[in-house]
Amino acid sequence: MQLIFAWRNIWRNKRRTLITAASIFTAVILALLMRSAQLGAYQRMIDNVVSFYTGHIQLHAVGYWDEKTLDNSFIPNDSVIAILNGHKDIRSWVPRLESFALTSSQDLSEGSLVVGIDPEAEDRLTRLGQKVVSGKYLGTNDNGILVSEGLAQKMQVGAGDTLVLLGQGYHGVTAAGKYMVKGLVHFSAPSLNDGMIYLTIAEAQTLYGTGNRLTSIAISVKPNVDATLVANELRNEAGTLPFEFFDWKQMLPEMVQLIEVDSAGGVIVISILYMIIAFGIFGTVLMMLAERQHEFGILVSIGMKKVKLASVVMLEILMIAFTGTIAGIVAGIPIIAYFHYNPIQITGEMAKAYESFGIEAVFPFSNDISIFFTQATIVFVLSLLLSIYPWFRILNLKAIEALKS
Amino acid sequence: MAVLEISNLKKTYNEESDFPVRAVNDVDLIIEKGEFTAIVGPSGSGKSTLLNIMGGLDHPTAGKVIIDGNDISELRENQLIDFRLHHIGFVFQSYNLIPVLTARENVSFVMVLQKTPKQERDHRASSLLTEVGLGDRMDSRPSELSGGQQQRVAIARALASRPDFILADEPTANLDSKSAGHLMDIMLKLNREEHMTFVFSTHDSRVIERARRVITLVDGKIVSDIQQNAS
Repeated sequence: MQLIFAWRNIWRNKRRTLITAASIFTAVILALLMRSAQLGAYQRMIDNVVSFYTGHIQLHAVGYWDEKTLDNSFIPNDSVIAILNGHKDIRSWVPRLESFALTSSQDLSEGSLVVGIDPEAEDRLTRLGQKVVSGKYLGTNDNGILVSEGLAQKMQVGAGDTLVLLGQGYHGVTAAGKYMVKGLVHFSAPSLNDGMIYLTIAEAQTLYGTGNRLTSIAISVKPNVDATLVANELRNEAGTLPFEFFDWKQMLPEMVQLIEVDSAGGVIVISILYMIIAFGIFGTVLMMLAERQHEFGILVSIGMKKVKLASVVMLEILMIAFTGTIAGIVAGIPIIAYFHYNPIQITGEMAKAYESFGIEAVFPFSNDISIFFTQATIVFVLSLLLSIYPWFRILNLKAIEALKS
Repeated sequence: MAVLEISNLKKTYNEESDFPVRAVNDVDLIIEKGEFTAIVGPSGSGKSTLLNIMGGLDHPTAGKVIIDGNDISELRENQLIDFRLHHIGFVFQSYNLIPVLTARENVSFVMVLQKTPKQERDHRASSLLTEVGLGDRMDSRPSELSGGQQQRVAIARALASRPDFILADEPTANLDSKSAGHLMDIMLKLNREEHMTFVFSTHDSRVIERARRVITLVDGKIVSDIQQNAS
């Protein structure tokens, strides 16, 4: 009966309840859209850089991350391969040999990151093949190279042209080679698009004179798996083997920081929004308390315990909040779904501004279900906090004074 | 058998000030089981204050109020609420039903608080409403009922908890004479047939005529306590 009592009470003043629920609805939907857009953008950034290049986790020889030279490369042994193949949360892994080289063509030269890859495995992990915009993707025994589009423009080369790579190889040997450009690849992230060269790992090992050494193994984890946890598990499993495992947050601290700072800004905006809404709900609570003093007096007089009465009032506040929240979530789902599958594309100068910060100017909304739970939890906690005042008022209610009101 | 014993009861407002108001001044009173008692007196004579103290809604400044062997003036607030739920029925001047509940739900409400099983409370609510002549209006909300009908629901609600006695503060004050008469008929019938004890305050001479005991208060003191042959 208390549920019925509470439910009917909130509809005693339909207009007020609807206005309060509508304000909660507005706050929830705005918070949902804002947060979903933010998290979607972060995910996109992470996907751009993490999934398409660094991988979620990387395995290196101990010391490589601090000093990225070929002298800190390693020969993969059976034990570490067995650990990678045996871990249930690892989706795939790819071997890489990375170093820098001076790229030149005619009288042009540019620094570039040269990455030796296993073309098939790399394509499975990072879908590199789909990024080819001109020419062809590398074959397993290919001796050509893939050049990122931005670098190709700077070097004024296209598919079929030749580039010379010049650098320092393993233990200081000179690395030099002439390669035909097999294809051009496009990356959304400008930092990648302006300086990448891919060739087969065998060609890279020949170029740099490393034998069968690698600089890293990029590991991709299964969806919704925490890479940090997996990295810890791998560290434990590797034990004393001379390898280090870095998750993407360790490899890209600037990106983590950028996301954290931006996210904090979003949280502040949402907090202000909820604070405004909280005052609105509090106004409703105050009016409801003032109107029903006499009734509270009657209920306590006829034997209703104050705690029970306060619980009914709290239930009423929660019901209004619940109604507004559910309506907000229901209305938010199709909007978020739409922008998840049809991301907002920023164009023109604004897009260039984003790209100059290394951020792709495409903003898909995140459909992470935790966003919905978070907003519902915030409204629930807010309602509980706002219920403290009615609790306080009702527990201190003097029946005789309330009856006279 | 006494259902209510009051001794040396005092209630003083603004006790610390230069002008204390003695609303109830040294009252001794015993209400026996089955009484039908009116407390009368001019406005400000202390009727409502006395009724509030008898009902455990207000605390006396001094004196004792003993109901069912318990001195309720010594009970803590939560104990008092529980005591009221099980021992005292209230009928208020302006009905004071819960507007969002139907007549049946209003009557059932106190039984819900008493944790009476649903089947039993549904049955009792229906039979009480039938007894007060509202068998055909059980599912009406207070706003759909006349003042007299609402006050009859209030009586059924007061009876629902099986109290030791019912306190009614000017129960006919807001009713027309026909409704007031009908209400008194019901109260008297419950008093005669079920020996329910009624104590009510009133100004209404037609109500006073029908009480079997009339206690007159003036300036917080009992100035007369008369047994009379009522109709």
